[in-house]
Amino acid sequence: MSVLMQEMSERALRLGVPFSVQLDLTYRCNEQCVHCYLDHDDHGEMTTVEIKRLLEEMAEAGVFILTLSGGEIFMRKDFFEILECARAFTFCVKLKTNAVLIREAQAARLRELGVQSIQISIYSHRPEVHDAITKVQGSLRRSIDAIRFLKSQGIKVIMANVLMSENMQDHHGVRRLAEELGADYTLDPTITPMMDGDRSVLKLNAGESALRELFRDEAYVGNAEEFCAPPPSPDENSMASLPCSAGHTACYVSPYGEFYPCVQFPLSCGNVRQQRFLDIWRDSAQLKEVRAIRLRDLSSCSQCAHGSTCSRCPGLAFMEGNMRGPSTLDCEKSYARTGIPSNNLLAKKNAPSVPRLVQIQVVPAIMGNRLSRLGSAVGAA
Amino acid sequence: MTVESVKMNKTMYVARSPRIAARMLGEEMLVMSAQESTLFTLNPTATILWQAADGATPLDEIVGRRICSEFEVPPEEAMRDAEALARDLANHGILLISEEPIPQPGFSPRQPAPQEAVKR
Repeated sequence: MSVLMQEMSERALRLGVPFSVQLDLTYRCNEQCVHCYLDHDDHGEMTTVEIKRLLEEMAEAGVFILTLSGGEIFMRKDFFEILECARAFTFCVKLKTNAVLIREAQAARLRELGVQSIQISIYSHRPEVHDAITKVQGSLRRSIDAIRFLKSQGIKVIMANVLMSENMQDHHGVRRLAEELGADYTLDPTITPMMDGDRSVLKLNAGESALRELFRDEAYVGNAEEFCAPPPSPDENSMASLPCSAGHTACYVSPYGEFYPCVQFPLSCGNVRQQRFLDIWRDSAQLKEVRAIRLRDLSSCSQCAHGSTCSRCPGLAFMEGNMRGPSTLDCEKSYARTGIPSNNLLAKKNAPSVPRLVQIQVVPAIMGNRLSRLGSAVGAA
Repeated sequence: MTVESVKMNKTMYVARSPRIAARMLGEEMLVMSAQESTLFTLNPTATILWQAADGATPLDEIVGRRICSEFEVPPEEAMRDAEALARDLANHGILLISEEPIPQPGFSPRQPAPQEAVKR
């Protein structure tokens, strides 16, 4: 992020402006990726009219960065009509897509409309690996063709490489492919639970040894010794810090109008079909609760050695049962990086190996919090 | 038309580039160029110019009606500064300038949305 963009984000935080929004236009998709966290059926997407009204409300609320994602955005036949409307409201529009439906004509139109950047999911440079993950034969070839069309129009393309056990060995190949195509490259080694709470996809996550190797690869982390150094103890400043931008300057709207703090934080704060976007942003009790949380309020993490450096995702913590609790996926990353187990991992290791009485999977948010608080109370006693 | 080809003292028309993202944040206008992927902030004068740049109103009219009255600047000085500012913004791809009116895209987001043609 540029210095100026950082300054603007901080100003947006001071002013209470929703600077950045991800709007998923559909959960339908033409790929069936093995790790996907979405249910691809259409349960009643917002109509074109509803989305245009939402765009107007978001522009009035001060939203600047608008990320259109899915599902696959090009599955909507009104996609370009929506994009035209978004650009007429002068949003800084970023797209996330698998790009298999982008040919020369679409690439030219995207350029005309002044799209800021397009992030395209690429899992491997090898068709047999990429196509096995997307479950669509020929999908890698089509996505690469699309990247060429987009680059020929001068559009910024970011190749997003989600890593899992299936493609863990291929990131260098994807990075080289990105260089060859003139695209930027970003890598994400986290597979997240499905939005309905189903955690079965987590078995695809790369193991600890693969993460450890990745976190020592200076092509990604710069100075590996520095990156993997033991964390400094959290100081007063870090205790008062915000966990992340979710709900503070950023939020998410689903194809059904559900308003969440973030795409990975499925705490429903309202629905834009029933309330104005700005009313939810300002008045939602759930958002106010999210905004009140500081590191010092996190029961386990505030006492943890990794407190100030951990990439803890409050949404993943919420999906694990408590938005003030740890996110085990991030604990595992901190451990792979430094070799120092988090408080949470130590507690899990020391926990008696009896079957868990409570499987926190599809437990509703409030219930999850109650269970977690109950768990803390029992532990303290 | 290139920035240089619009000579000083000719009528100048200014229009917002269609490839720009923009939003007011507090007192400042944020502008991002898709071409350069660069973020700019506009000061109050530049913001007025940006907002008034409809492609149809000559720059001297914008200066006379919006800038001189707002900032109490002598018209010649205001016009000189506004021309320089318009050229600078055009160099970054933020504004289009021309000796002729500049047609703007017909789509207005405030037009009533058409009925949906496609049932999904």
